[in-house]
Amino acid sequence: MKVDYGSAILSGFEYLLENYPEVFVMGQGLWSPWYVGNSMTNLEKKFGQKRVIDTPVSESACTGAAVGASLCGYKPIVVHPRVDFMLYAMDPIINQAAKWSHMLGGQASPSVTIRGIVNRGGEQGAQHSQALHSWFAHVPGLRVAMPATVQDARDLLIASVLSPDPVLYIDDRWLYDQVDELPPVKLSKLSDISPKIIHEGTDVTLVGCSYSLRQCIEVAEEFFTQGISCEVIDLRIINPLDCKVVCNSVAKTGRLCVVDGGWSTCGLAGEVIASVSERIDTEIWRAKPTRLSLTNTPAPTSKPLEDNYYTSHEDIVSAVKRLLEP
Amino acid sequence: MKMRNHKSLLGRLADPSAEEFKQALSLSQRWQPYELLRFYESMVRIRLVEEAIAELELNGESKCPCHLGIGQEAAAVGVAVGLRSSDRAFGAHRSHSHFLAMGGTSESLIAEILGKITGCSKGMGGSMHLYGEKFGFMGSVPIVAGTVPLAVGAGLAAKMDGNGDIAIAFFGDGASEEGVIHESLNLASQYELPVLFVCENNLYSSHLDITQRQPSDSIARYANAHCVNSLVVEGNDVISVADSALELISELRAGNGPAFLEAITYRWRGHVGASENIDVGVRRSLEDMTAWKTRDPISRLSTAIIDKYPELKSDVDSKFKAIKIEIKNALSSARNAPYPEVNQNWEALFSKEPTG
Repeated sequence: MKVDYGSAILSGFEYLLENYPEVFVMGQGLWSPWYVGNSMTNLEKKFGQKRVIDTPVSESACTGAAVGASLCGYKPIVVHPRVDFMLYAMDPIINQAAKWSHMLGGQASPSVTIRGIVNRGGEQGAQHSQALHSWFAHVPGLRVAMPATVQDARDLLIASVLSPDPVLYIDDRWLYDQVDELPPVKLSKLSDISPKIIHEGTDVTLVGCSYSLRQCIEVAEEFFTQGISCEVIDLRIINPLDCKVVCNSVAKTGRLCVVDGGWSTCGLAGEVIASVSERIDTEIWRAKPTRLSLTNTPAPTSKPLEDNYYTSHEDIVSAVKRLLEP
Repeated sequence: MKMRNHKSLLGRLADPSAEEFKQALSLSQRWQPYELLRFYESMVRIRLVEEAIAELELNGESKCPCHLGIGQEAAAVGVAVGLRSSDRAFGAHRSHSHFLAMGGTSESLIAEILGKITGCSKGMGGSMHLYGEKFGFMGSVPIVAGTVPLAVGAGLAAKMDGNGDIAIAFFGDGASEEGVIHESLNLASQYELPVLFVCENNLYSSHLDITQRQPSDSIARYANAHCVNSLVVEGNDVISVADSALELISELRAGNGPAFLEAITYRWRGHVGASENIDVGVRRSLEDMTAWKTRDPISRLSTAIIDKYPELKSDVDSKFKAIKIEIKNALSSARNAPYPEVNQNWEALFSKEPTG
């Protein structure tokens, strides 16, 4: 049976709450579909309002409380329905959770999961649209998971929560209506999960994560009909970032296009290109590597400006065509 | 900048000339002589360890920033009296006293400050990141108010566990200027969590006197705003602190929600390091400092013990000497201990994930 991405997240929560009494969830809007789509529907009815807690408007204290509870034997998930508002919680995420194990000599580890939802488009503007995963991937000690597929939406959530380390799990509302088969749960350790080839190919390496992976797949399908073979790679975990799979692919294709939903400067796409460039021989390149990411401005609200702002299917198609030029 | 008139709600508690706070403590029947000696021993340990740490800075052996709480020993010792090892306390930048009062050893603290593998945080944290989960000290950090919401989370965990354990947040008056304190008080109050908020109000945040930072010197007024039960005590009176802490802690263990204890005190050294920082800020004059030193929490207790139980004088003296020897030995073993291996820098980053 096929399920959508939002339902896959929901089934991840159900699996965790059913099987692990130490798991609980807290955050704003958890009792309201308005905040979190269909990804948490009726959890509080099924598991009780003591384990699925809708909170006051206090991102910082709620995230800090989740970190604190995680140091006392619990595995909390704190939910931020928009990454933009999560910025109030930077201290517990960056200064406390990410540093805790290291600064105390590895003697204690906050097994907390922070779920940040990217919720953009629809003329929502500068403070309702941000995708800041590259910031978080910059921070040692914080694992960052970016599920792009229906199965990863569930399985990366489960692996994040069961990880003894602090994890930021980021999902994108633009992915919620994607449907796919959802096989039974098979547990994997988060630290064993790495980038994966979604489509094999020989001519161009296309790298994406989260929503940009969907775009890469669609572009690859279009080129396939024209006899051009794209290898599509889903990064999945962007901190710690493992570029081996991408390097091996580029060694084969000689062409690399990285698509990312964040800004360009100091961003994930630039990091992937730099990591690959450092590791492979210069003569392998058949074209200069290229990245498609957001232009360095906040998200505009006005419709035509917003349409122009986000990377489109056509933008990626054009970039790949340029890579293929003789 | 013109500031509004400061409204002192603390009155004589914050007045260094208040004679009634310079006398020997009055000892109730509640505390047995052996308990009084234990308070004394614990405060002397904190005092002498911190003096030794000041020396390490002055003689160039340690560069690690150390925020000394000399003069504030009674607050930590008084609160620790009511705690058990399954309670969970979080500290801040000035937390040597909390670590030691709860059961941390002089040696593991000094070794930590020297960056040695035998330190309480394996040499990875220094003075500002202390760890002692075995005795309930979950960790301390220097981000002002940074651990207060973590303590609220520990309170949430304690409530879910339902064992009557409590969480403790140690912080200073400066932390009450951070927004997250108010979020934390609200959360703890709304969910009726067993969190004891302990504010050591030493009237200074770094260089700035409280009159230059807040329109009133009372921090417990924020507890009132969040419907959290509070007590304000003479923070240099270990008996008052212990009595008040026990009163609040028994309410917490009974499941009656959070509580707030404000201990009025004064630090004898500067914000960071060994210097006294005289004439930094408006009220930190030599005159004030001298007056506050006559409100010494340690001599007020030892005088009271000897007044009431003259036969204990030799115990008081021998405790003091024993602590001196303990610290001499702690310094020596900390100095001789090895540094961590370089690969610990990566080893400590993530937990070792269990297989399966």
